[in-house]
Amino acid sequence: MDNQHQHTISVLVENNSGVLARIAGLFSGRGYNIDSLTVSPTEGTGLSKMTIVTTGNDEVLEQIEKQLSKLIEVLKVTDLTGSSFIERELILLKVENTTENRSEIMQIIEVFKGKIVNVHINEITVELSGRSAKIDAFINLMEAFGIIEIARTGRVAISRKPGATQEY
Amino acid sequence: MTDSKDENRKQDNWRKEMKGAEIAIKCLEREGVDVVFAYPGGASMEFHQALCDSSIDVILPRNEQGGAFAAAGYSRVSGRSGVCMATSGPGATNLLTGIADAYMDSVPLVILTGQIPKQLIGKTAFQETDIIGMTRPIIKHSYLVMDARDISKTVKEAFYIANTGRPGPVLIDVPKDVQQQKVIPELDVELQLRGYSPFKKASDVEIETVKEAIANSEKPCIYAGGGIITGEASEELTKFARSYNIPVVTTLMGVGGFPEDDPLSLKWLGMHGSVYANNAANECDLLLAFGARFDDRVTGPLKKFAAGAKIVHIDIDRSEINKNKRADIGIISDIKYFLSRLNEKPFKKEYAEWHKQLKEWKEKYPLTYNKKTKELLPQKVIDTIYRLSGGDAVIVPSVGQHQMWAAQYFNYTKPRQLLTSGGLGAMGFGLPSAIGAKVAYPDKNIICISGDGSFQMNIQELGTVHSYEVNVKIVILNNQHLGMVAQWEDRFYGSQRGDTVLVNQRVKRPYPDFCTIAKGYMIPGREVYKKSELEDAVKEMLEADGPFILDIHTQYYEHVLPMIPPGKSYKEIIIDRE
Repeated sequence: MDNQHQHTISVLVENNSGVLARIAGLFSGRGYNIDSLTVSPTEGTGLSKMTIVTTGNDEVLEQIEKQLSKLIEVLKVTDLTGSSFIERELILLKVENTTENRSEIMQIIEVFKGKIVNVHINEITVELSGRSAKIDAFINLMEAFGIIEIARTGRVAISRKPGATQEY
Repeated sequence: MTDSKDENRKQDNWRKEMKGAEIAIKCLEREGVDVVFAYPGGASMEFHQALCDSSIDVILPRNEQGGAFAAAGYSRVSGRSGVCMATSGPGATNLLTGIADAYMDSVPLVILTGQIPKQLIGKTAFQETDIIGMTRPIIKHSYLVMDARDISKTVKEAFYIANTGRPGPVLIDVPKDVQQQKVIPELDVELQLRGYSPFKKASDVEIETVKEAIANSEKPCIYAGGGIITGEASEELTKFARSYNIPVVTTLMGVGGFPEDDPLSLKWLGMHGSVYANNAANECDLLLAFGARFDDRVTGPLKKFAAGAKIVHIDIDRSEINKNKRADIGIISDIKYFLSRLNEKPFKKEYAEWHKQLKEWKEKYPLTYNKKTKELLPQKVIDTIYRLSGGDAVIVPSVGQHQMWAAQYFNYTKPRQLLTSGGLGAMGFGLPSAIGAKVAYPDKNIICISGDGSFQMNIQELGTVHSYEVNVKIVILNNQHLGMVAQWEDRFYGSQRGDTVLVNQRVKRPYPDFCTIAKGYMIPGREVYKKSELEDAVKEMLEADGPFILDIHTQYYEHVLPMIPPGKSYKEIIIDRE
C-alpha cells in the first residue's frame, strides 16, 4: 500500500469489560495495523483513555476514525497527528555489561536521562521514558552491549492545547 | 388523577422481589413486545417459565436460525424490532446467521440468550460458548448481564440502540444464575449512553449545497438504498423525485422505496438490475445517493462506477461516507428530515435530453424473457403471481436465482413489500422470514418464494407454519439445481458442475417430493409441471384458507439476466441468453 502514515489516536471509552475486545476486533477484522495500544482509567467516572498508534493510508485512517466513533461505548476519538501533542513511552531494559564497558554504558544512560533500577554482576536494568524516537535511539545504542530483555509500554499521548484533550 | 393512580399501580407491580428472568420479560412487555420467537434450553428455560405468565406470545421455531430470521422478518415488514431468544451454546450459535443477516441489512433485532451460570463461565462447561465474542463483528451492540439489577436498564438500552440511528441487532446474554437472582427491580431507569447520539440532521448550508448541485445538473439520478425504507422516507422520496423531476433507481434493499409503476422509476440497479437503471446511475452527471452504501454488487469496480458524476451521499451512518466511493458532497443526516427540507421549495427542471435518453433505454432494453415458449419459465411464475395477487402481496424470497426473478418481475409500489436478504445473501432466509412477517401482519398476503436449495435449508419451519396456523403461501421454483451457482458455472466455468446438482439419480421424479413432506406437516400443496397448469395452481394457492405450498418444476438452464459479470463495469452487461 502506498502513502502509509503513522498516526497517534486518542480514544475516550466507557470503562466496561469488552471495550478493548471490540476495538481490537475492529482492527483485526479489517486487517488494519495496531502498532501499539495503551489503555487505562482516566479522569471522569467510568472512563478509560486509549492511545492507539496505527499505520495506514488516508482512506484506512479515515475509516479507523469513523469505525471507532461508531462503537456505542466510544465517546470521543481524536487523531492527534497533525496537531501539537506530547507523547511518551516508557521502557525497562536489561543489558549485559562487563567491568570494561560498564562505565561507557552508564554514561550513555546518563546522557539519555535514564535511571538504573536494578544491578546484577553482569547485568543492568534501566528505566527510561521519552518520545518514541529517543527510546529507539537508546535501544540502538544498547544493542552493541547485548540486550537481554525489553519491556516497552507503547505510546501515551496528550494534546498540548489548554484543557482536556477530549471533552465530552 | 386516574393516570397517576394507574401509574402507581404499575409501579407497585414492580416493587416486589422478582427473578431476573421475570424482570427481563416484564421489560419486554414494557417495550411493547407482543411476540417472541424462542427456543428453550437449559440456560433459557427461566425465560420461558416467566413467559408463561406474560401477555407475550411465544412462537417456537424448529431451529433457532429460523427463530432469528422470523424475528427479523417481523422487523423487516413492520419496522418494529422483533425479538428472538435461545439457550446457551448450540442454541446461541444457531442464531448467528440470522444475526449477521440483520446486521448487514440494518434490521432492528433484539436477541436474548441464556448463558451458563456465572461461576461456570470459562470452565468449558456444558453448552458454554462465548456468544458475545462470537457475535462481536456482526452486532450493533451486546451485553453480558452479570447482575439482575442491571436487566431493566440493559433491555431499555438494547431496544433504543436497535431501533435508532442505523438500526441493527443487539444481543443480551444472561447467565442462568442471574435469571434466577431475586432482586427488586430498578424502576425509572435513565438511558445512559453518552457515546451514542443517533439523531443527525443536515444543516441549512448542506441542504443549500445539494440544491445548488441539482441546479447545476443536466442529468441527475437518484440512487436510493435501504435507508429510505428503514428511515420511513419513501413518501418524502416520492415527493422529491416528482417535484424535482429526477429519475430514481433503487438498490435491491431500496425496492419499494419508490413506486416502480411511476414513470420516473427505473427499477433497481446492480449485477442483475435493469440495463436502464445501471445506465442511468453510471451516465448521470449527478448521483444522489440516499441511504445507500455503494455495495460491490451495485457498483462493480468502484473507479468505473458513475465515473463522470458528482457524488452526493446522504447517510445516517457517518462511516458509510467515503467508505467505498469518495463523495463530493457527504452529509450525515436522517434521510426523512433531509428530503422533507428539500421538498420545502422544490424547483422543477425539464431535463428533456436526459429523460429522452432514459426512455430510449427503457424501450430498447426492457426486463423480459421468452414469453412464447411452451416451457414453464420461472419468470412467468413470478409474473403470474404478480398479476393474480393484485400486486399488493409482500414477497419474501430466499436467496438465489428465484430471488432475482422475484425482484425483477414484480412491480413493487410500497416500502416493506419485498423482504430480502440483500447483504448477507443467506439461503434459507425465505420461509422463516415470511413466518415472522405474517405474525407481524396477519392481514397481509405474505408469499414466500424459494428455490429448492434454499427451501431445504429451513424446511423444518413448516412445523412452525402449521402449529401456529401461520397463513403463508409458499412457492418453490424447483429446478433441481443450485441455480445461481450453476449459472456462474455456465458463464465462467464451462458448465462443469461442481456440486450444484440436487437431482437424485435413483429416483424417477424431482427430489425430494416437497408436497409429500408438506403433507407430513399437515400443509396442503400442489405440484406444477406445465405452463398450462400454472394459472389455476396459483389461484388455488392464493384462495386457500390456510398455508399452501406450490412446488413448481422449472428448467435449470434459465439464466438470470441481465447480468454484469463480477469485476466488470455496466458496459459489459450480458443481455442475451446465449
